[in-house]
Amino acid sequence: MSDAMAPILDIQDLSMVFGGLRAIDHVSMHIKNGEICALIGPNGAGKTTIFNCITGVYMPTEGSVSIQHAEKPREQIQGLKPNIINQKGLARTFQNIRLFGKMTVLENVMIGRHNSLKAGIFKAIIRDKATREEEQRLIDESHEILKKMKLEMFINETARNLPYGAQRRLEIARALATDPFLLLLDEPVAGMNPHETKELEETINLIRDREKVSILLIEHDMSLVMNVSERIYVLDYGRMIAEGTPMEIKSNPEVIKAYLGE
Amino acid sequence: MDYFLKLFLSGTAKGSIYALIALGYTMVYGIVQLINFAHGEVYMIGGFTALIVGGFLFSMGLSVPVVLVLSILAAVIYSSAFGFTIERLAYRPLRNKPRLSALISAIGISMILQNFVLLAQTEKYLSFPSYLPDLAFLHPVREYINSTQFIILVTTSVIMILLTMLIKLTRIGKAMRATAQDKDMALLVGVDINQVISVTFIIGSALAAVGGVLICSYMGQINYYIGFVAGIKAFVAAVLGGIGSIPGAVLGSFILGWAESLGTGYISSDYEDAFAFIILILILILKPDGILGKNQKQKV
Amino acid sequence: MTHKKLASELIDALGKSIWFVVLLFPFMVMKATVVSGVAVIRFRWENLPGIAIASFVLSFVWSRALEWNEHRGDTADTDTPMRRVQDVVVSALAHKPIRWTAVSVLLLAMAIYPLALGMYHTNIMITALIYVILALGLNIVVGLGGLLNLGYAAFFAVGAYTYGLLWKYAGPVFAAASINTGWLFWIALPLAGILAVIFGILLSLPVLRLRGDYLAIITLAFGEIVRMVLQNSGPVTGGATGISLIPRPWFFGIRLPPRQAATYIYYIVVVLVIMTIFVVRRIEDSRVGRALEAMREDEIACEAMGIDLVRNKLSTFALGAFWAGIAGVVLASQTTYINPDSFTLWESIMVLMAIVIGGTGSIPGAIGGALLLKLLPEYFRPLAQYRILIYGVAMIIVIIFKPDGLFPRKRKVYTFVDKTASGATTEVGK
Repeated sequence: MSDAMAPILDIQDLSMVFGGLRAIDHVSMHIKNGEICALIGPNGAGKTTIFNCITGVYMPTEGSVSIQHAEKPREQIQGLKPNIINQKGLARTFQNIRLFGKMTVLENVMIGRHNSLKAGIFKAIIRDKATREEEQRLIDESHEILKKMKLEMFINETARNLPYGAQRRLEIARALATDPFLLLLDEPVAGMNPHETKELEETINLIRDREKVSILLIEHDMSLVMNVSERIYVLDYGRMIAEGTPMEIKSNPEVIKAYLGE
Repeated sequence: MDYFLKLFLSGTAKGSIYALIALGYTMVYGIVQLINFAHGEVYMIGGFTALIVGGFLFSMGLSVPVVLVLSILAAVIYSSAFGFTIERLAYRPLRNKPRLSALISAIGISMILQNFVLLAQTEKYLSFPSYLPDLAFLHPVREYINSTQFIILVTTSVIMILLTMLIKLTRIGKAMRATAQDKDMALLVGVDINQVISVTFIIGSALAAVGGVLICSYMGQINYYIGFVAGIKAFVAAVLGGIGSIPGAVLGSFILGWAESLGTGYISSDYEDAFAFIILILILILKPDGILGKNQKQKV
Repeated sequence: MTHKKLASELIDALGKSIWFVVLLFPFMVMKATVVSGVAVIRFRWENLPGIAIASFVLSFVWSRALEWNEHRGDTADTDTPMRRVQDVVVSALAHKPIRWTAVSVLLLAMAIYPLALGMYHTNIMITALIYVILALGLNIVVGLGGLLNLGYAAFFAVGAYTYGLLWKYAGPVFAAASINTGWLFWIALPLAGILAVIFGILLSLPVLRLRGDYLAIITLAFGEIVRMVLQNSGPVTGGATGISLIPRPWFFGIRLPPRQAATYIYYIVVVLVIMTIFVVRRIEDSRVGRALEAMREDEIACEAMGIDLVRNKLSTFALGAFWAGIAGVVLASQTTYINPDSFTLWESIMVLMAIVIGGTGSIPGAIGGALLLKLLPEYFRPLAQYRILIYGVAMIIVIIFKPDGLFPRKRKVYTFVDKTASGATTEVGK
């Protein structure tokens, strides 16, 4: 019987040391089921590094990252390979867009659904009825996801030819296609205009409400952060300096100091 | 023990030559992250230029020392020019394209140069007249080391020192180091990246040219294909020491030279070329960054 | 272009021309021969004007071409004459009757080829088709997977030597048991494929963690090691002298004379090519193929989407190696003699050149490139000795100006039928 209030992501005492640099210093944070949380902080604070520790790109020097979801027992995931972590239900987007540029929009999302199929090399060659049906299901599901992210008009476009805002949405669509219970967004609205930002704000809420996916985002755009997050973590020089609701964070003197200096 | 010493010294000489070539690889890789496949060919071209120009000057009646100096000079100038031209023609247009493209281009240039020399000159092995002096004071230790090997060792050491001084003390050296560390930043502080890259290619090629002349004098022969074999081995040496690291290239080169020398002396001479490949595979499995290499994590 | 600009460009070209004349002087004008330890230099002044003019023209053309390339940007694959021709052809082929007619004509032409053109041309075509199989195989590794394999000839060698060694060691056994040795071919064919796959997996193990450039070098090393081992294992593999008198494939117990044997091998290789194209197409348009392409595009994102890179890389090398193995058996049966010299680095690079020029990641590209590179030197004999030079230049030109190759891939277009509330349907996605 799992505790409904137990965090789906629990980071304890996480540290990441590169050579002589302590990029993350004993950071603890957690996400509860159904939450939208934000991780903010000045540039270079270590936010993406935390993402990388969560998703298996780095093996943290100290500390633990645990997940617990859907009746499954709690398990530690730090140090596991990124593809395993993704299979366990964590998906992410990247600070610098990492789409599969030469492939089409639809194909990018189809990659996301890679693990929902089983067909290996032999099945691919024989292409029996079951495989064909699987493939068609994959195509349809991917199409649905694109419709939800308002990208269906770009289905056969080459990914790298997309306008910037659409590329960012495509990365999110692709991440969603992997069926995560937690979505990690790294600066999802970087470079977007206010209209696109507003649209993404709605999309984020929709993802949480309709798809039942919790969200942790890194962002610099304060309006988005304040509008969409329930809780905010503030990182500075690798250390967690504040945690709280948007109201609390806004008036926190430490936070103000970190951003504006003394 | 005598045998070992002989092998050790010849291995050191060999390693010196590899070092001259490996430096070119490592410097270029450090700055543009490209394995310059065509670098070996530049080395071969240096040797050929020395042969041709030297032969011509000698036939004109110039004395041996003069021919020696001028042919080495010609080799250095021509190799540098070739290196410079190759970079401008085949690598610069691809600078912002995926790395695979530049690599393929480098392979193409390597093929072109090999074939070019083959067609323009000959596919045969030509004997290479050595104009290097025979040093009398070495005669007593002739068993262990001959004049050419000695000259190779001395020349290489001098060049290393000069190169280190260049990198550490001069303005262009600083620019090279800055560009290798962070190209964008260097650009922002006003470094002329194009110039730095060109200079790197020129220096690397010049070193290779000296190596080419020395080795051809030592082996007594030259052929259009030598660039490929030497190039691969020098590349292995650079990777062994840590690609991008100048002291690494030197260290790796000597290790390779000794391994080959001792290996062929004690184990088998059939597989001489295989030593390099086996070392390469081992190092890339065990420690891809090389002995002195820095762990380069990709930014995610 | 203004007169002033034109003038400055011409002067620039003139300068470059002088540069090249001086640069290439020792090599193209002077010629060295060594007679009893003394270098004899001959001057070939007749080459001088040629170099001067050629470099002048080419420099001018090259700078203009580079400039044009810069302004074009990456989205240049939209509306070129080539693409228009391609579109016309593709849309024509979309009609079943046209497609079937085209295929039938092609098959008919291929079927009567040996009968119409005789043994000499048939042999050339066999070699070309062997290279088509090689190109399609390497295309999986380089084109789909994005892994630069410079030691592909090693798998080719594995295939050829599987047959050769089978002949050497099992042949006498067969002969003693009065079984026609021509059967060995058919046994060798699948066996070579399997062995090549095993070698492919072995090769991929050390390179699993390596990036593009290092990967290329290790594959090169692997290729060379295989060749060296073959060369130095005289007692087992025949060493430098290789294996000879390899039998031709079994044809109902009859020993065919050379001409008919060539025809027979031709038909076999045609069938193999068709099979290869079929399988590679299926792989390309499947979950496996897409995973390979994702790996090529961005390894980190690929892994973040749940794909196991290790498995992917192993699959890539294994899949690619298989075809080289099969091609090797065909080669051995055609030439009836194999030795390590047929499997050098140049062979690997030749196949690479074929797919780069034809178009990496593109099946028509691989086929086109292989045919081009193998047939042209046969039918344009005067230029044959320059072929490596020409291919090298072509490869560089393609990679700079048309990185997707001469016959680039056209990605699959997905269509959806959207049902609106009123039940009307609109086709989406064209």
